[in-house]
Amino acid sequence: MWRYIGRKLFVYLLTFIVAVTINWMIPRFMPGDPVRSMLSRASVGDPEALERMTNYYNEVFGLDQPLHQQYLSFWSGLFKGDLGISTMLYPQPVLDIILRAVPYTLGLLIPAILLSWIIGNRFGAFAARSKVLDNTVLPVGYILTATPYMWLALLLAWSLGIVAGVFPVAGGYSYSLRPDFSWMFISSLLTHWFLPFLSLFIVALGGWAIGMRNMIIYELEADYANYLQALGAPRRLVRRYAFRNAMLPQITGLAVQLGTIIAGALLTEIVFNYPGLGTLILNSLNSRDFFLLQGIFLFVVVGVLIANFIIDIVYVLIDPRTRVQMTGGSS
Amino acid sequence: MRVLRLPAALAALAIAATACSSDGGDSGGGGEYPRNETLYTTGTAWGPPTSWNPMMRGQYTVGTIGLVYEPLFLFDGETGEYVHWLAESDEWPSENVHEITLREGVTWTDGEPLVADDVVTTLELGKLDGSPYSNVWNYVESVEATDERTVTVTFSENRPQEWMNWAYANPIVPDHIWSELSETDVTDGPNENPVGTGSYVYESHTDDRMVWERNDDWWATEALDLDMDARYIVDIVNASNEVTMGMLNQNEVDLSNNFLPGIDQVLNSNENITSFYDGPPYMKSANTAWLVPNLTREPLDDPDFRQALAHAIDLEQIVEGPYANLVQPASPTGLLPEWDDYIDHELVEDKGFTYSASEAVAILEEAGYLDEDGDGYVETPDGEPISLTLEVPSGWTDWMEAARLIATNAQDVGINIEAQFPDFDLLVDNRNAGEFDLIINNERQLSNTPWTYYDYLFQLPVQEQQSTVNFHRYENEEAWALTEQLAAVPVDDVEGAAEITSQLQEIQLTDLPAIPLWYNGLWAQSTNEYWTNWPSEHEGTPNSPATLWNGWFELGAITTLAEIEPVE
Repeated sequence: MWRYIGRKLFVYLLTFIVAVTINWMIPRFMPGDPVRSMLSRASVGDPEALERMTNYYNEVFGLDQPLHQQYLSFWSGLFKGDLGISTMLYPQPVLDIILRAVPYTLGLLIPAILLSWIIGNRFGAFAARSKVLDNTVLPVGYILTATPYMWLALLLAWSLGIVAGVFPVAGGYSYSLRPDFSWMFISSLLTHWFLPFLSLFIVALGGWAIGMRNMIIYELEADYANYLQALGAPRRLVRRYAFRNAMLPQITGLAVQLGTIIAGALLTEIVFNYPGLGTLILNSLNSRDFFLLQGIFLFVVVGVLIANFIIDIVYVLIDPRTRVQMTGGSS
Repeated sequence: MRVLRLPAALAALAIAATACSSDGGDSGGGGEYPRNETLYTTGTAWGPPTSWNPMMRGQYTVGTIGLVYEPLFLFDGETGEYVHWLAESDEWPSENVHEITLREGVTWTDGEPLVADDVVTTLELGKLDGSPYSNVWNYVESVEATDERTVTVTFSENRPQEWMNWAYANPIVPDHIWSELSETDVTDGPNENPVGTGSYVYESHTDDRMVWERNDDWWATEALDLDMDARYIVDIVNASNEVTMGMLNQNEVDLSNNFLPGIDQVLNSNENITSFYDGPPYMKSANTAWLVPNLTREPLDDPDFRQALAHAIDLEQIVEGPYANLVQPASPTGLLPEWDDYIDHELVEDKGFTYSASEAVAILEEAGYLDEDGDGYVETPDGEPISLTLEVPSGWTDWMEAARLIATNAQDVGINIEAQFPDFDLLVDNRNAGEFDLIINNERQLSNTPWTYYDYLFQLPVQEQQSTVNFHRYENEEAWALTEQLAAVPVDDVEGAAEITSQLQEIQLTDLPAIPLWYNGLWAQSTNEYWTNWPSEHEGTPNSPATLWNGWFELGAITTLAEIEPVE
């Protein structure tokens, strides 16, 4: 068991190092100079002043050092929790800015992923082999899972937001409120949270429901199911066994899908101007703030790795076969 | 049961997490801004508020200059008159001396009175290297506080037009605070606690909004009878056209100052959303969009080639196409409609360009640009093939569409131009360094004098980095000398100025250092659900600009805020 976890940890560590390196490289090799664009926003006219300020900022951001030095100091800063200073929100530290946005993104992602997975699976299992539901749920599910997140988000914003006027279409909470711990503020948070959550939830739901339905049908064809049926076991019991077996691929699927869902969440945030990481990515891209950009990507990468690791462990706990494999037995 | 409990727990967790995250630290407790006392604006800020330093031009938070820091004068673009603001009166005892008397009873928001030393310090700050107006010391000799409320400015060189432009475009900062700041704090500090004389004070901010609260002791309430009915102004950082459109439709925002494609349909169909004019072009003009050629590159350095290009562009098509008549074609001089008095119409009739593809072809032929190799595009007289790019920032959809049309127009007469859409910051880098063929630019806004436009066209010397003017790198000593003469004309001498501008137009129309395209609008759409009496062409409504753009408070936008009324 520990060897298994150790091996997994090693793979994750390697992935982490590669991801961080790529993450460090991309913004540095993008065209355009962040300091220059920061200064041109300040419209400094005098070339001498421009020269001086460019040097000053290059020093502040450590851009005057040779590349390998920058790379090393990036790693050392990383372990100290120092991700640099943002040029967009100069002089705020990148970490502070990200920590402000992370709760919004997690608040969207965690409920959307878990709820859609749980409800999707239940519903898929329920719909399998039921003629009416199969004929209705299946096509709807296919359409939903093929829908781009952004498009559904726009559609929801338009229908429930603008036409029906039930939900607000932008922001994390009402522009008329100051953040505090009051009922009014929390309800405003919730109404602003609902539409982005809904669009993530609906798209993911379709995929899980279809996957589960197919898995259940497959399991019901399996020998053990036929045998149970032949023994006269009640339909509920057979289905319960099938469901537990069908869960396993769905968990793997969750690990695989995580990246897509997060990307979807980032896009959805942009549509709703939701103050999470996605909106932050867009803003930092627009102002070429590559310290912030690389900080955000780092967070996303670490988040995905941690989630995958958790899923790996959960998998071990619920699938006895992996445990047998690990202790040297054969399946 | 298990299924139900989990989501409920998760939802609770999510709420707790989001609630804790939002830092309410500095706002001092929560609460709601009452809707009927709050003005919501958007369309000016493109990034989170980070600086309240009026010296950091282009980076300060919306309203820092205008709502907090105020200038000595305002300039009313409609009447062409200077309005006394912090100055109570002013006179010119001799040609090179300007004596300004400050208002009595103006106080800074920390309780100190406004004194002549404040003006002196503000001007002295221009001596710092990073100051946005260091060039003021090219012609100002000295500035003195003759008594508590009188400032005397003496000029080494008389440039009243340029000086008055400074006097209304730059705000006064308090001496008792700014004289003690270090040099870097002045030019680069965030100035988190702005102390001004203005109508609003800092309330709070987050990454997506800036909130201003009314200053109940504002001097103009008594002195000029201006009442700010909005107790709060919440300026929302721009997200996207869709978001703004949605918020306008939901009456969540009262004033939007951004170009919104298709806004003409909304204005026509939704009674509640209004703009300055009821019909096209719906909004007033704010600045001129120029087609800026790089004059250091062949064949753009040839005036004949530029003339041909100017004749090839079908502006009507652009105005009616991508803009759906939201803008108007520019005068060949590029001067805004407000400057009509300075335009030499006979000269324009004679030398100004108009759209004519055949004329363009004729000019090209005459100048020796012919298509010898038969690829459909002309070559230079030396036989070199011509291939140019026209760059506009990616995402500026109206400009992208216009650039495509210009490229097509040019190709129709045989000039090979391709439209490209690089990232904005990259474009700015290349623009300043002179590494481009053609770009579209509209840096200069309406102002007190067409001098600002000629400064934009002709300023010398050309430096390695051209970050604000003369991106085309045009070098013409005569034109620059005339521009400097224009700066020296007394401010009320329109005829004298027009004589010089006529000569400048002669040069500009012959040489076409940059080609005027259209007047970009003063984008302003307002909803009338909570606030009304917005500026419009109708009788009885204000005529001032309804915008929070940088540089427009001084052109009267501040009075618009006093004119609007809450809906009962």
